[in-house]
Amino acid sequence: MSATAGAQVPQAQFDAATQRELQEFIDQEQAKAKMAATVHELTDTCWKKCVTGSISSKFSRNEVSCLENCVDRFLDTSFYILNEVKQQRNQLH
Amino acid sequence: MASFFGGGAAGGGGGSGVQDQQQRKDQLKQQIQVELATANAQMLINKMNEHCFEKCVTKPSTSLGSSEQACLSRCTALYAQAFDHISQKYYQRVMKEASSTPEASLEAQRL
Repeated sequence: MSATAGAQVPQAQFDAATQRELQEFIDQEQAKAKMAATVHELTDTCWKKCVTGSISSKFSRNEVSCLENCVDRFLDTSFYILNEVKQQRNQLH
Repeated sequence: MASFFGGGAAGGGGGSGVQDQQQRKDQLKQQIQVELATANAQMLINKMNEHCFEKCVTKPSTSLGSSEQACLSRCTALYAQAFDHISQKYYQRVMKEASSTPEASLEAQRL
């Protein structure tokens, strides 16, 4: 999926058990990196949505609640659309 | 010169002992983590730059004014705060979805 997916451990330098361990480590780190990338995207999206006024030293009450709800509603939207598309596809068949 | 007398491992070619392998493994793991952490920090800085420039430097003039600088300081602090907050919320949601429907959590991570 991502450009880095499927990164391989250099084989010659490690025995089989170590290679497996490193592959597992890399897979885990890649999963973490993907989630971190999602957090960056969400912050970007939610900042644009919620921080509309000028910048003061603290977030306003509205901005705080908007940011708080933004993640869950974005993910809700994503699930909703996914379902909708699935249903539309089912109707076609 | 030193490589003739057992410095071969440092060159990356030789060194096949168990301890040496352990060391290289740990080194590789650490290197991966450092690189990912650096990329993460880089990303955050780029995003701050993009958003705070837009918010604070509305009309670029010959230099960065003091009020623009003050705005940038506030803005970067707030962006970091928003990032922490959203990160917390996102991980909470992923946990929640993982405990209810394994399928949904996979989809949440895939976004």
